[in-house]
Amino acid sequence: MAEHATQMQVSDEIAITISKMNKWYGTFHVLRDIDLTVNRGERIVICGPSGSGKSTLIRCINALEEHQQGSIEVDGTLLSSDLKNIDKIRSEVGMCFQHFNLFPHLTILENCTLAPIWVRKTPKKEAEETAMHFLEKVKIPDQAMKYPGQLSGGQQQRVAIARSLCMRPRIMLFDEPTSALDPEMIKEVLDTMIELAEEGMTMLCVTHEMGFARQVANRVIFMDAGQIVEQNEPEAFFNNPQSPRTQLFLSQILGH
Amino acid sequence: MSDTHAQTVAFVRETEIPEAAPPYAATGPVKWMRENLFATPANALLTVVAAYAIYLILAPTLPWILNGVWTANSLAECREILQGATGACFAVLTERWPQLLFGFKYPSELYWRPSLAFVLLFVAVAPVLFFDLPRKLLIFTGLFPFIAYYLIWGGTIFVPILALVGCLGGYAVYQRFVTGSFAAGFFGGIAAALLIWYIGGLLIPDGASENAMLTPVPSRDLGGFMLNMMLGVTCVSLSIPIGIALALGRQSSMPLIKVVCVVFIEFIRGVPLITLLFVASVMLAYFFPPDSTVDLFLRVVIMITMFSAAYIAEVIRGGLAALPKGQYEAADSLGLDYPQAMRLIILPQALKISIPGIVNVAVGLFKDTVLVSVISMFDLLGMIRGPILASTEWNGVYWELLGFASLLFFVVCYGISQYSQWLERRLATDHR
Ligand SMILES: Nc1ncnc2c1ncn2[C@@H]1O[C@H](COP(=O)(O)OP(=O)(O)OP(=O)(O)O)[C@@H](O)[C@H]1O
Ligand SMILES: [Mg+2]
Repeated sequence: MAEHATQMQVSDEIAITISKMNKWYGTFHVLRDIDLTVNRGERIVICGPSGSGKSTLIRCINALEEHQQGSIEVDGTLLSSDLKNIDKIRSEVGMCFQHFNLFPHLTILENCTLAPIWVRKTPKKEAEETAMHFLEKVKIPDQAMKYPGQLSGGQQQRVAIARSLCMRPRIMLFDEPTSALDPEMIKEVLDTMIELAEEGMTMLCVTHEMGFARQVANRVIFMDAGQIVEQNEPEAFFNNPQSPRTQLFLSQILGH
Repeated sequence: MSDTHAQTVAFVRETEIPEAAPPYAATGPVKWMRENLFATPANALLTVVAAYAIYLILAPTLPWILNGVWTANSLAECREILQGATGACFAVLTERWPQLLFGFKYPSELYWRPSLAFVLLFVAVAPVLFFDLPRKLLIFTGLFPFIAYYLIWGGTIFVPILALVGCLGGYAVYQRFVTGSFAAGFFGGIAAALLIWYIGGLLIPDGASENAMLTPVPSRDLGGFMLNMMLGVTCVSLSIPIGIALALGRQSSMPLIKVVCVVFIEFIRGVPLITLLFVASVMLAYFFPPDSTVDLFLRVVIMITMFSAAYIAEVIRGGLAALPKGQYEAADSLGLDYPQAMRLIILPQALKISIPGIVNVAVGLFKDTVLVSVISMFDLLGMIRGPILASTEWNGVYWELLGFASLLFFVVCYGISQYSQWLERRLATDHR
């Protein structure tokens, strides 16, 4: 499995640079001095105990949360409070949520074509072709005319992935994409994500699916109390964790 | 042949059980009555009591309605025809029919104009209410206010045309600048429209109205149910967009906008509508330039619109609050900007949730239009209370007139309510 991961190319080009980033919710210091550089084509899995700030970290990358100190640079664009920059970064960065967040009043196809049509100004026909292409890729082209409420959780999450892909993002963020799903649906979503990784997508993924981490990640990051405590290649991370906190965490989630 | 193989364990049906008619007592009216009216002794008792109550109500009213007199010239004549028997004097409705509909000052030879506007109203609202109709019809909807104004008020055609040109010019400027920033587009558009109206106003010749194709009718000559319809339609269609804007403003992250919206909503909600109408009839004139004659109709429209917009804003705020935060985040993460996210994602869902509340306000608003009779405008109720009941011929025919007014309002309000239920079913896509 380790050699599986190394097949996938990681380039020297830098996709995301986060340096000395700090964030507070009111007076609560959620993220402390985060330093992280992500190269293009990297697949990073972020794990850590609940409340450690994993979601907050990846939500800062597409400015769903604003940070108060330090800098985040995505694809060479510096994240500032300038709305133009934020919109530019958001259209380059796809995001999948724990609860899918599909638009319930639109069909699956409309969910997928909405952003390309309105943000990218793609003609409707072309946007629909792209959408069908990605729906085929996540293996649900036959559901295109249904509404999200008529789909299973796994199908909805795959639609959410397709919806992000329709914007042709260069980076994908996943926030616990499988933790609201039943076990038999987890696999279909993970398979989709693995396929994406094999195609060289830059991915940051918050997940507790350690099998997935071993198979596709080239780096695993462990967070606790708003800090990056340890990061390493998956083999080394799982077999030989350095920090006691990582050891405790791994023994808890792998223990049973 | 037996139904099952007695000797084997597994069950395989070989013969179909023939279809049989249900026993008599389980179908038809007998079954229905047994299940719905006489299910238990208590239920049976209630049925009997309710039937008696219905009888008590109908016993006097039915003969009164059925025995009604439809042609007579005064109450006294009605009484003569009835000769002491119970019977309504519906003759007042037939005799005063035009007054009930159009008021007593609208020139009778011009009744066709508001009637035509009324018919066109249905064409105009159809594409708004039933969105399966071709979208091109919306062009007529956009033109309708100007056509209706021209038909009802008459006068020179330059006025509605100028109004239309102003709106189009404002819209063009808005389109041009909105890509830069919303505020620039919005205020630029308003400024452009005002400028066009001002310049155009100077260009319209003074006597244009006198020798116009359609005889001008001043606002104070409007009346009857027509006035209620005009106020209702205008105020509902203005207050929904204003209500949406107020609701969004109240959520805004910009403190100034937020404060303005909150103060407006809370102030208007805290004041009785009657008070606002009195303000409109006497005081609002002070706020306009002294020589401008902003007519009473417009002042009343402004007041009623503000009043219901505040209520609609609160209803929509409820709808906005009911949407999960994830919908905003998903819209943001796809790169939609604020206006797009609102228009495409948030408002369609929030408005759908708010339909019952909005309809509630709209129905209430429509009925509240009769309050203008208090500030001596002769709407349907004003006509009944004033010119008709005060006349020597019809002094004392309360039941027939007020019953008729209630019926008219009921028909319209019931129609609105039925439409909203259809709309809710039509929009149900969430399949929860
Ligand atoms: N909007 C908010 N306002 C205040 N505090 C918040 C807010 N969102 C999160 N927090 C706090 O910030 C901390 C980090 O939250 P975050 O959601 O990033 O954790 P997480 O690592 O994703 O946890 P989980 O595994 O449960 O999803 C938590 O202690 C949480 O209570
Ligand atoms: Mg989280």
